[in-house]
Amino acid sequence: MLRLEKRPNPSRFWLYATPVVAVILTMVAGGLLFALMGKNPFAVIRTIFWDPVFGEFAWYLRGQLLVKAGPLILIAIGLALGFRAGIWNIGAEGQYIMGAIVGAGVGLAFYPTENRLIFPAMIVAGAFGGWAWAMIPAILKTRFNTNEILVSLMLVYVAQTILAKAATGFLRNPEGSGFPGSRNFGNYPAAANPDLIDGSGLHWGGVAALVVAVLAFVLLSRHALGFQIRLAGQAPRAARFHGVSPTKLTVLCMGLSGALAGLAGLFEVTGPAGQISIDFNTGYGFTAIIVAFLGRLNPLGIVLAGLLMALTYVGGEMAATNLGLPAAAIQVFQGMLLFFLLAVDVLTNYRLRIGAGAAKAGAR
Amino acid sequence: MDIGGINLVTLIASLMVAAVPILLAAIGELVVERAGVLNLGVEGMMIIGAIGGFIAAVATGSPFLGFVGGAAAGAALSLIFALLTQVFLANQVATGLALTLFGLGVSSLAGQGYNGIKPPPTPDLPFGPLADLPVLGPILFSHDWVVYFSIAMVALVWWVLKSTRTGLILRAVGESHDAAHALGYKVNRIRLLAILFGGAMAGIGGAYVSLVRVPQWVDGITAGAGWIALAIVVFASWKPWRALIGAYLFGGITQLQLTLQAAGSRIPVEYLSMAPYLITILVLVIMSSGRGRAALNAPAALGQNFHASR
Amino acid sequence: MKRRMLLATAALGLTMAMGGGALAQGMDKVKACFVYVGPIGDGGWTFQHHQGAMAVQEEFGDKVEIAYQESVPEGADAERVLTQMALSGCNIIFTTSFGYMDATNAVAAKFPDVKFEHATGYKRDQPNVSTYDARFYEGRAVMGTIAGMMTKSNKIGYIGSFPIPEVIQGINSSYIHAKKVNPDVTISVVWAYTWFDPAKEADAAKALIEQGVDVILQHTDSTAPLAEAAKTPGVIGFGQASDMAEYKPSPRVSSIIDNWGPYYVKRVGALLDGSYAQAAAWEGIAGGEVLIGEITDAVPAEVKAAAEKMRDDIGAGTYHPFTGPLKKQDGSDWLAEGQVASDGELAGMNFFVEGITGDIPQ
Repeated sequence: MLRLEKRPNPSRFWLYATPVVAVILTMVAGGLLFALMGKNPFAVIRTIFWDPVFGEFAWYLRGQLLVKAGPLILIAIGLALGFRAGIWNIGAEGQYIMGAIVGAGVGLAFYPTENRLIFPAMIVAGAFGGWAWAMIPAILKTRFNTNEILVSLMLVYVAQTILAKAATGFLRNPEGSGFPGSRNFGNYPAAANPDLIDGSGLHWGGVAALVVAVLAFVLLSRHALGFQIRLAGQAPRAARFHGVSPTKLTVLCMGLSGALAGLAGLFEVTGPAGQISIDFNTGYGFTAIIVAFLGRLNPLGIVLAGLLMALTYVGGEMAATNLGLPAAAIQVFQGMLLFFLLAVDVLTNYRLRIGAGAAKAGAR
Repeated sequence: MDIGGINLVTLIASLMVAAVPILLAAIGELVVERAGVLNLGVEGMMIIGAIGGFIAAVATGSPFLGFVGGAAAGAALSLIFALLTQVFLANQVATGLALTLFGLGVSSLAGQGYNGIKPPPTPDLPFGPLADLPVLGPILFSHDWVVYFSIAMVALVWWVLKSTRTGLILRAVGESHDAAHALGYKVNRIRLLAILFGGAMAGIGGAYVSLVRVPQWVDGITAGAGWIALAIVVFASWKPWRALIGAYLFGGITQLQLTLQAAGSRIPVEYLSMAPYLITILVLVIMSSGRGRAALNAPAALGQNFHASR
Repeated sequence: MKRRMLLATAALGLTMAMGGGALAQGMDKVKACFVYVGPIGDGGWTFQHHQGAMAVQEEFGDKVEIAYQESVPEGADAERVLTQMALSGCNIIFTTSFGYMDATNAVAAKFPDVKFEHATGYKRDQPNVSTYDARFYEGRAVMGTIAGMMTKSNKIGYIGSFPIPEVIQGINSSYIHAKKVNPDVTISVVWAYTWFDPAKEADAAKALIEQGVDVILQHTDSTAPLAEAAKTPGVIGFGQASDMAEYKPSPRVSSIIDNWGPYYVKRVGALLDGSYAQAAAWEGIAGGEVLIGEITDAVPAEVKAAAEKMRDDIGAGTYHPFTGPLKKQDGSDWLAEGQVASDGELAGMNFFVEGITGDIPQ
């Protein structure tokens, strides 16, 4: 009979092998799914994983990978810091929306002035918008002990309503014949966020994602705050004795993840999306949660995980157009990836043993 | 009985119907959380129940079998969650989120080709002349069987948790799984059963949306109802009858904002549609303010995986 | 990558030039691509566009290849999908939602030899972008006539999607024509803030019915309002975008059917025979883009006759749904006796006509 035995220390081998094994298992299971749907599994897997990077249109699609991965990485890093400390910010989608609205609002207020300081001001405004929205669950948790998962989630719906109001009301383009949607930032150079190298998909958001990844890595591994975050997550009592204030940590982690999500929203609305519209948000805030876990809550891992997730999106779209694969199949695929990762992860902390578990004295 | 142009009786009758999906999902999740497991995948289980129930109803022509199908589908999906969290000891929050994503995807895939189809209708229970009573008639005697079933389930869960041995064991597992294990109870098995129950309830709730409320199948038809159900469990302090109140409150406010619009109210639409969520947050704050988790009645072992080391 | 694109367009340009005049050249085979905002099984907006695509396939057989992608979100994803379609050889791409406007124009700039057709939009920044729309308000005039005559409570309801000109045209047209046949009628508007959300639409319909409304008009695309109406005897509604025939003979007593087939066939045909030119099309009953679905027997004979006459008059061009004398909601004059609203006024319509209570959300 198989049983699990806790390891004294997490296995370093499995720490790195888990994502790889999970991806391989997902490809196999996904292939089976595609075969059941009547598609050639190898053609689908190739279209999703190989073509965007090395295929016929890769020169265009590689850039698109960065477009999709940038916001995911940015948000996921903020979330990962919180998750490590046991602070569950599930409302990143709402913070993303609010950052976009506040940032876009500041920029549009200056229209049509041209000034090099407008875009930096918008960046600050976007980060502020997301930070402020995340402060609501943070303060409610620290003052009233209200569950931050639920509050941040409810605020996502509120943010969506505010977005609809912004697109049809206070941010609506006055020269748009009454149609919903703000001015397009492509037409306002001082506030636009175009590709830094044309067609590469790398806009300021992508740059920010990479910079933040490096900073977060340094923070977690070398800085005292990073140590406190890791400690609070793994041994809350010990953290208390060490002097870590749970209030300060909550406010800091929520605030940081909110600010990063808001930044992602700002870069997205001034760049690829182009304008504030009623359904401008596409679920990055939720997908980023998966990216955070896929990346093992480690900033460098998150960069890779973000690119992998982007691959499934971009490749999945190609499969939808060229092979008739329904878009939902990709969602199933992504869900399976996370399932396998979570399942295989057990081997990092536990060892597999065969045989009846003999009772041991004090085996804790 | 009209207040501000709105008929109170019809409002109460319609909020009872609107609340059924979230009530069923909430009561199921309440049992799961009382056993110490936090399953965030309610949305996924609801929508799997919605498509599972829809397919079953259309295939068999019987709406009742549709609800059975919905329950089965929800339970089957929750089995994945049980496997990952009880056997593979995966993080419960992440697993629940993955379950939601997976459930949304699978339901969409399974539902291809079922768009726009009309399911067999579920009629109101015939109470005859009772349904014509002035106030009580529409409120108490004019609903389909699922509405009464949902209220009955609340009563059943309350009674089991409070007065039976099974309920006691369940609560013990949720408060301290180590102590329960030491006493000889099979913690993982009890949690598995609780998870399956939660999945089945969520599945029936989802099936109600696609078979009665709308009734139709569309991608994402549950539109976040699963998350509301989670909020209601906290709002209810894990007490069944409070979950009923919470569900009716939320259902009522959602219905009210549309009713106010139809009655020509001058309150801007956007504020009305925000209201249900803001009020939920407000209530959550009031319920948890100033006191620790113990006073909140949350099961002490909520969210922690159990691994027997002997 | 830029070089590749330049080479490709250069090559194409050379062939065209050598062919003797770019647009005069017909094509042997056309790949027509469609970008849908929802699933083709939605039984409404996207379903009808797909019917149009199928009509093109049927008309031209081997000379046409159809490709499509469903449920494409508006924004950056739309741009990517359009680019992919253009790269994979589409000659004409139909983008079937207002929200694709900026993406369509942006990609059109990068692919000058691919034709783009944007539904319900107004931007034609590039010479290869055309727009097309349908005069849904003409259909509303017919529905409004039926509504005004058949309502017993004198209350009709309208489920609006978003407060944009197209929807306001619909509300105004419905009300004007209901009032013409029934001076006591009032209209209640509920804003659902969605094009397609069956649960919300069902709730909106229920709210209206509870207020005493017995005729429901909808600008949202699912059958949910009709399903809700079916629960209460005496409430009728209309099919929207597609016929919604499973709710015949009641509550669906008629419908407005979006018929994109003729337009799609016309445009692809123009591409095949070389007569394609940039256009801004806005057809209605006359052009066949708006069809009135079968008026069932639940409708009394004289109501049916009046509705059919309205439809025929509009189709013949002898009657315009927005003909004066008409005043705006605030009492000011809008159209004088016999004066007809211009296309420009309709395209930017942001006011209710006199007699409608309630504000348009800003």
